[in-house]
Amino acid sequence: MADTAPVARLRGVGLRYGETVALDGIDLDIPAGQMVGLIGPDGVGKSSLLALVAGARMIQSGSIEVLGGDIGRARFRGRVSPRIAYMPQGLGRNLYPTLSVFENVDFFGGLFGHAPVERRRRITELLEATGLAPFADRPVGKLSGGMKQKLGLCCALIHSPDLLILDEPTTGVDPLSRRQFWRLIERIRAQHDGMSVLVATAYIEEAERFDCLVAMDAGRVLATGSPEALLEQTGRETLESAFISLLPAGERHEHRPVDHSAHPDTKTAPVAIEARGLTKHFGTFTAVEDVSFSIPRGEIFGFVGSNGCGKTTTMKMLTGLLPASDGEARLFGHRLDPHDLATRHRVGYMTQGFSLYGELTVRQNLELHARLFGLARAAVGERVKAVASRFGLDRVMDALPNELPLGDRQRLSLAVALVHEPEILILDEPTSGVDPIARDAFWRTLIELARDEQVTIFISTHFMNEAERCDRLSLMHAGRVLVTGTPEEVVASRGAADLEAAFIDYLEAAAETDESAMPGTGEESAELAGGRPSTRRAAFSARRLAAYAHREGRELTRDPIRLTLAALGTLLLMLVLGYGMNMDVDDLTFAVLDRDSTTVSRDYVAGLSGSRYFIEHPPVSDYAELDRRMRSGELGLVIEIPPGFARDLARGSPVEVGAWVDGAMPTRAETLVGYAQGMHQHWLAMRAREAVGEAALVGPASIEPRFRYNPDVKSLPAMVPAMIPLLLMLIPAILSALSVVREKELGSIVNFYVTPVTRLEFLLGKQLPYVVLAMGNYLLLVALAVIVFGVPITGSFLALSLAALLYVFASTALGLLISTFVKSQLAAIFGTAILTMIPSTQYSGLIDPVTALEGLGAVIGQVFPATHFVTIARGTFSKALGFEDLAGSFLPLLLAGPVMIAIATLLLRKQER
Amino acid sequence: MWRNIWYLGLKEFRSLWRDTIMLVLIVFAFSLAIYTAATAMPETLNKAPIAIVDEDRSPLSMRIADAFYPPSFLPPRLISAVEMDERMDAGLDTFALHIPSGFQRDVLAGRSPTIQLNVDATRMSQAFVGSGYIQAIVQGEIEAFLAADREVNTPPVELVWRARFNPELQASWFGAVTELINNITMLAIVLTGAALLREREHGTVEHLLVMPVTPFEIMASKVWSMTVVVLVAATFSLTIVVQGLLAIPIEGSVMLFLAGALLHLFATTSLGIFLATIARSMPQFGLLILMVLLPLQILSGGMTPAESLPDWIHLLMQAAPTLHFVAMAQAVLFRGAGFEMVWPQFAALAAIGGILFMLSLARFRRMLADLG
Repeated sequence: MADTAPVARLRGVGLRYGETVALDGIDLDIPAGQMVGLIGPDGVGKSSLLALVAGARMIQSGSIEVLGGDIGRARFRGRVSPRIAYMPQGLGRNLYPTLSVFENVDFFGGLFGHAPVERRRRITELLEATGLAPFADRPVGKLSGGMKQKLGLCCALIHSPDLLILDEPTTGVDPLSRRQFWRLIERIRAQHDGMSVLVATAYIEEAERFDCLVAMDAGRVLATGSPEALLEQTGRETLESAFISLLPAGERHEHRPVDHSAHPDTKTAPVAIEARGLTKHFGTFTAVEDVSFSIPRGEIFGFVGSNGCGKTTTMKMLTGLLPASDGEARLFGHRLDPHDLATRHRVGYMTQGFSLYGELTVRQNLELHARLFGLARAAVGERVKAVASRFGLDRVMDALPNELPLGDRQRLSLAVALVHEPEILILDEPTSGVDPIARDAFWRTLIELARDEQVTIFISTHFMNEAERCDRLSLMHAGRVLVTGTPEEVVASRGAADLEAAFIDYLEAAAETDESAMPGTGEESAELAGGRPSTRRAAFSARRLAAYAHREGRELTRDPIRLTLAALGTLLLMLVLGYGMNMDVDDLTFAVLDRDSTTVSRDYVAGLSGSRYFIEHPPVSDYAELDRRMRSGELGLVIEIPPGFARDLARGSPVEVGAWVDGAMPTRAETLVGYAQGMHQHWLAMRAREAVGEAALVGPASIEPRFRYNPDVKSLPAMVPAMIPLLLMLIPAILSALSVVREKELGSIVNFYVTPVTRLEFLLGKQLPYVVLAMGNYLLLVALAVIVFGVPITGSFLALSLAALLYVFASTALGLLISTFVKSQLAAIFGTAILTMIPSTQYSGLIDPVTALEGLGAVIGQVFPATHFVTIARGTFSKALGFEDLAGSFLPLLLAGPVMIAIATLLLRKQER
Repeated sequence: MWRNIWYLGLKEFRSLWRDTIMLVLIVFAFSLAIYTAATAMPETLNKAPIAIVDEDRSPLSMRIADAFYPPSFLPPRLISAVEMDERMDAGLDTFALHIPSGFQRDVLAGRSPTIQLNVDATRMSQAFVGSGYIQAIVQGEIEAFLAADREVNTPPVELVWRARFNPELQASWFGAVTELINNITMLAIVLTGAALLREREHGTVEHLLVMPVTPFEIMASKVWSMTVVVLVAATFSLTIVVQGLLAIPIEGSVMLFLAGALLHLFATTSLGIFLATIARSMPQFGLLILMVLLPLQILSGGMTPAESLPDWIHLLMQAAPTLHFVAMAQAVLFRGAGFEMVWPQFAALAAIGGILFMLSLARFRRMLADLG
């Protein structure tokens, strides 16, 4: 072990997240060419340590040397990244669920700059070797956990790394897939001489196969050494008990071994849960097929199987959550009716994970559940108190669940499931992610419930040592029960050494008869891809850029909501805004209150009723009616003609015509006034002409307005060209910002951290599909403007299109720039909306000319790309202008995109902080 | 059943209380947003850029140039005839007044010369109203200039304006109330949708289902609790911010408006549930909101008169609760309409709310079935 230099050397490494210390002064040498396992329960710092070694996370304190260089230095990281592969925690967390198996591996190949031919050869070999070849076209989201992990391995191995870092690769995977996975690793190591593998695992029993172990707890290293050495050091028989004995005394003292020896005599007990040929189809997929078993009262019945094998579905059918497609579930001898809420009072159910209300305190959670189960108001308080003290929650009653350690949260979940004193407890993987000590404590409670209170417990797990504690158990696989019996019977039936071996035996037998549900083991398959590809690390690689662009494009086409927004969002909004922001006012309603009723008064009104802007309603007879009809919104304008109108007019004495206008909507009122005033003037002029002739009209001077570019002063020709810049800013910016922030939120951003792709390649690769999309949108918008809105392009279409290209490059660049400092997708959507909408509506000359702006607004207006594109759009649409006339607006557009990309590149971090 | 709806609704309040972002959004939407909408609503003509080509350079032409000043206009820029076209093309000026040489002389000689007013009619907001203003100002200046020489007749018939409900046509009144109306819709959808998605993302919906609780109870609890939140916030906003702080007189009955808002909230909270069953995550919900909320708000008569919409859009919007709510709110708040005038809107809101609730419940049930 000591004759080669260590593959990684950690000195004084510390890491904290806010107040929480994740790693505390770690000194560690990881030997080269070996399989090294990090063991310890969840949350002890294993993942943080691996991320630091992989270079995915920034080092806060201390130093880490990997493969002979300082991984803290960006230059070295860039050089060494093709030699390291990192598979983060979580089933397929760095994979893309909507992409197929092949497309995923292909993407990783592209990131390492392999030429297409070589990439294809390697992918084929890897998929063959892992038995994934028959599933190459299946979307990753539809794979089982085991298959996802194999695919993750394919993606990690595509570039033949020297150091393979695997973070809990087998959590949540069935025993057979787990074994296949480790065999695969062994074969790969045999072929790649000297490859080092660094693995974190929460399955301590798995660690026996490793060459060297690092036991961790609370951010510190407890011990290192080979499995044998650790057993010897602690004098224990199993690694799990060895690990527990390594823990500090304070944490250990609560631990007592679980005693599950006292099997009750269940032969005579009545049957509590019974399944008869339970079957569940989802569409064409059969999740559960013909499952039968019966569980007597007071028994602990275990359900074992991989993720997605149908355990959860079966349990849901037994709780009445899901109706069965066929067969029946019986509780206490009665057929279960999912619509009968009464049975739910007899059943307690604890779901996978901790689905409690994080926003409610422990007490509020308990009270809510007690009330929903219909406990009498007076009884609620007492019952909550009793349950809380039983599960040791009294101290934390007013804390929020998320502030509690995992073990406490799990007890709270159980307390909630028991608050209504059910006779049956259905627990779906209640202990995943919980440390061994808390798990043992949990099991002691379960055994107590079953033995002392005769509660029937139906529990699913993927831990073998938990399965051994059940009175009886069933092994489930691909929707069917393979075997049922006591643990001893199951082991004996296969003549196996232990439960795990017996299960693997059963699973293998099942896999032979059911080829389609299970990938082949790949034992006999071809050699794995060998040799490192002969690629030099270029400063800029079009291939890596293309890998990102390709992936982004594919992913987008498979997300219905984002695709709809991207393809049709601008069109929809253009229609809405074009019609909705319409400033033309027509179809105005008016009526007359004619107190004169002469030919003259009727002639006066005729001017209005003949207008295309006005619709005449029946006349008004008095003020009360006027008031009522105006209040109801029926009338916008009422013309009141005074009595004696014609007479006074004839005499030449002054007359006042009253115009009542609905001022509720001021802009509409002003337009109304404008129109009516015009009509009034016109009528006066006509009369004057009739009476006196032309001369009377001539004033001292006349003003001749020329409405240029839009002679009819219509709203659409004015608004539509200006809407295009607005929409081509908003939506492309949101989409490009989302594209980066999504990866941050979903975790696949880690691929950017640990592969040789550069920041510029990453950003441009992300941007490219959205530029293409936005240009498509641009053409649609222009077509909409010309065809639907009837606004022609009078100037140069070429100039407009070129400007559009520069502009969408700038708007997508702005989205990317925003994405560098936003963390959540929601913030990206609304932040980008606000940051683009305000300047593009207020400061871009859309409404008020930029020349009218002052202070900061004026500066933003000058710099913001929308300003210049608005000028160009109006110029080419309405003002018949071309390149030469608009040259001044092109230069700022030309600069905007590259400048923003440059800033984004500088701000983007290639490591997690 | 009512007990469950009650307790689940109380739980919604507690959950909302812990959601800082949503609380900030509620407070902002009903206070600062209303206030800014009222105060920032620009007067119709504000700082319009105007240029003058003065080829006369007479006392009269200078007098005209001096008549344009802020806040309605920017101080006029004196330019040459050649510059005029360039500046208009580049969108620098909205108006350009071209005063020909010998203008004053011709006016005095009674030859009635012509001033050309060039208007960039692509700037709708200023072009139409502004050209009217400018003509009036120029005429006024000429008449005042001539006042010593000649008597100017007032026209025999005068049109006298009396604006009802908002005598001075203050844009801020309209802006504030419209913002309030829009924010009621926005928050009802966002809060209810987020309440469901939060449960979905945390897996607590599933947990509820193993309890003796029906989908109807879950949905009804969210609808009533979020309705209460928005209604309380809206009442606060209407009385404290709009009537108090901004001193905008409310013509009609606040209670009648709130009753209408209650029906509207029934419809929009159901819509929030509906959208949340379509979206799988908060980000998707955010995108959906963008695509649904904007049309609902812009095309419902809140910004521009609904009757000016093309007929087919107007017909389509009859199905949207916002159209009826906006009509009801404007009638009651601005014009003081009573129930006998707005009952058709009440009926429409109740009908749309009922249909939306049933549709959402059906979708919600299907979503829950798919969850399992």
